[in-house]
Amino acid sequence: MLSRIAESLFWIGRYAERAESTARILDVHVHRVLEDPALDETSAGAELLAVMGVVDRSEPANARYVTEVLAYEATNSSSIRGSLSAARENARGARVVVSSDVWECLNATWNELPHTEELARRMGPHVYFRYVRERTAMLAGLVDATLARDDGWRFLVLGRSLERVDMTARLLSSSISDDPNSQSWVSLLRSCGAHEAYLRTYRRAVDAARVSEFLLLDRLFPRSVYWSLALAEQILAELDSGRGLARSTVDDAARRTVGRARTELEFRGIDELAAQMPDLLAALQRTCSAVSAAVTARYFARESPHTWASEVPA
Amino acid sequence: MADLFEGYAAEVAAAAAWDEVFDPAHRPRDVYSALHDALQPLSSADLAARKVALDRAFRDAGITFNLFGEERPFPLDLVPRLLDGDEWNVIERGVVQRVRALEAFLADVYGRADVLADGIVPRRLVLSCSHFHRAAHGIDPPNGVRAHVSGIDLVRDENGDFRVLEDNVRVPSGVSYVVENRRAMTRVFPELFATHRVRPVGDYATHLLHALRSAAPPEVADPTVVVLTPGVYNSAYFEHALLARQMGVELVEGRDLSVRNNRVTMRTTEGEHPVHVIYRRIDDEWLDPLHFRPESVVGCAGLLNVARAGNVTIANAVGNGVADDKLMYTYVPDLIRYYLGEEPVLRNIDTYRLEDPEQRAHVLANLDSLVVKPVDGSGGKGIVIGPQATAAELDELRARVLADPRGWIAQPVVRLSTSPTLAGDRLGPRHVDLRPFAVNDGNRIWVLPGGLTRVALPRGSLVVNSSQGGGSKDTWVLAPDLQEREGTTPFGRRSGPAPSVAPGPDLGPHSSDEQQQQQSEQRQQQQRQQRQQRQQRQQRQQRQLHLQQEQQSGREAGRC
Repeated sequence: MLSRIAESLFWIGRYAERAESTARILDVHVHRVLEDPALDETSAGAELLAVMGVVDRSEPANARYVTEVLAYEATNSSSIRGSLSAARENARGARVVVSSDVWECLNATWNELPHTEELARRMGPHVYFRYVRERTAMLAGLVDATLARDDGWRFLVLGRSLERVDMTARLLSSSISDDPNSQSWVSLLRSCGAHEAYLRTYRRAVDAARVSEFLLLDRLFPRSVYWSLALAEQILAELDSGRGLARSTVDDAARRTVGRARTELEFRGIDELAAQMPDLLAALQRTCSAVSAAVTARYFARESPHTWASEVPA
Repeated sequence: MADLFEGYAAEVAAAAAWDEVFDPAHRPRDVYSALHDALQPLSSADLAARKVALDRAFRDAGITFNLFGEERPFPLDLVPRLLDGDEWNVIERGVVQRVRALEAFLADVYGRADVLADGIVPRRLVLSCSHFHRAAHGIDPPNGVRAHVSGIDLVRDENGDFRVLEDNVRVPSGVSYVVENRRAMTRVFPELFATHRVRPVGDYATHLLHALRSAAPPEVADPTVVVLTPGVYNSAYFEHALLARQMGVELVEGRDLSVRNNRVTMRTTEGEHPVHVIYRRIDDEWLDPLHFRPESVVGCAGLLNVARAGNVTIANAVGNGVADDKLMYTYVPDLIRYYLGEEPVLRNIDTYRLEDPEQRAHVLANLDSLVVKPVDGSGGKGIVIGPQATAAELDELRARVLADPRGWIAQPVVRLSTSPTLAGDRLGPRHVDLRPFAVNDGNRIWVLPGGLTRVALPRGSLVVNSSQGGGSKDTWVLAPDLQEREGTTPFGRRSGPAPSVAPGPDLGPHSSDEQQQQQSEQRQQQQRQQRQQRQQRQQRQQRQLHLQQEQQSGREAGRC
């Protein structure tokens, strides 16, 4: 597989997941602001913006402004619109490898986005979030149904897993300051699509420790950090296989980093983790960047273009 | 409801051209009669709805081209262009003949150059051609093919004869639209295909891949073919991606390739991978910064040397532009006679060579009735149509022709044939041309049945290029009646009697009607049951009461 194409697939995975997660997060945020009278809208908004890596802006972070920045803004490449646009651009460059179904799904999603935005501005942002979630779900389904399980698929899923780890970590760090029995933990679960799964697993009221445990450590839930890390690790191992026998160590830097992060979670209890939660979450986000960089260096390396001087002076 | 063909006859008469559908008495020609019957009852609203569906499908699939930085769906007109078997045979023979002659000329001019020594083509003409590249001299393609893909532009003149307008043997584009137009038409107009037997175009990529593999360096057993594109911002990117996808080969950009030790490799996740055939969709000038424009970042440095060493085949070959130079075009009939000993099947358009003083004087005196074209232009750039030009434009043109007579040719205005095209809410005659595509695998030149019909959408316009507001039509070559295919056993089928009907797919467990009914009636039943239970309880109580009374009376009796 061409390195350039592999890189595009990796980023399709990352950007599509980012769009989906951002839509989920925003949907919950907007509803929380509406439903919870005790909540300070602007400080919650500012916190969310900070967690999503948006540098402080002068405007008060009310729900409208937060939605503007994280959903509609075209110049922000981490907004929903920016992410979908980037995912589509990457798919355009990788037209040969992504199936026509996947491409058409991304392209049609992107084409329809301005119209949906217009609708959302009139009828409330939920229309927009719902649209994005549906389309990304469709994309995931088409990826699952129409892509051969070759390296291309692996890079896409690797990107998706890493982004999921990153997004869940960001989400958790936006909530750690909250009161352990606050309603916002329910919101947090909802934004990960995990509320029902949580209730069926624990069969008791939502509280901070269990929510963190579920989102960080659950071995079965596909949006938990552990699950995503384990998947990323498995995929990296598959990509790495057949490149010589490793008896004493793992050569691949990305695999080592992911493996360490996974073990870090795997053999610890939630009490232990809770004590160092902020550091842990920050470390997870760093892990994602480090893995991304290692994968880029190893698989996507490319030369910068040469310029050739003419022999005859012009 | 407006008649779709309302006013058509009058417009045709005004256009003074051959109409593809109607004869001069406004009766549909034989080949079009079934299509005409199918279109006649349709309303304009019906057509408009189909057009919307079509544009949407194109946009979602990303079948667009860039016009002034905006992505627009490629405008496909809903009315197809039809060619019957006989017309097509002439076109096919003519195109094959022309490609053979151009191949022979290219091999000659980059080799012994007999054609120049024999005075068929003036040496000066070749040497002054901006697309004649000395760097291409001595690069012998392994199977002798230089124009793996060619597109020969044809027009139909006022008498209904096909004429060659120009040759394209550099990087002819547009074939993806042929393939996609057909796919779209079968979806939007399925009923038309039921009444016509149309020769398929979907196997173009198969032929192309075969030709490219045949062109590989002979010592390679399983050659790696790639398509080289300038990138996603190129207006034909969609086509590059489609061809690569349909051939199942990698679509590479210049930065994916590198040259070491006279071998080309592409950068993959598993390291460097050798490349043997490059179907390049980049112009010569940008292909190799070592030989051509040094500032090119879309090409690959050193490519030409690898080709010269015989380790890679570049398709189409470098330097082909010398054969489709518009001044060279005027010599192609001579080339056909010289190399093939045949008379041209398809005639050229009469063309004035402006280097000749007499012809030049004639042209300059009649600029307002002629079409003047730059010899190396493409995409309709730089063409001046005399009757539609202003006096100032003509003066400017005169100056430019005088400054560089070699750079221009002149032709009489050809009234391209017209075909009914959706304009507003009805059909109007619009001028069309035809670009058949030929693929040369070294043994045989195969012509894609049909090709790209381009249509000039503005009324009266003669310029069909998509960059100048042109659209396209699906082009149908009608097949002769079904012939019995002999000696082929269908794949995966037993011969003999048709198989018995297989059992249908398994079904999961489902609740019976009775259950459903009961579930929905649960409430009523519960109430009924409760009533019954209550009654039973009362009865039981009464019975017990009796029993107790009896026992008591018995005991009492026993005591007695």
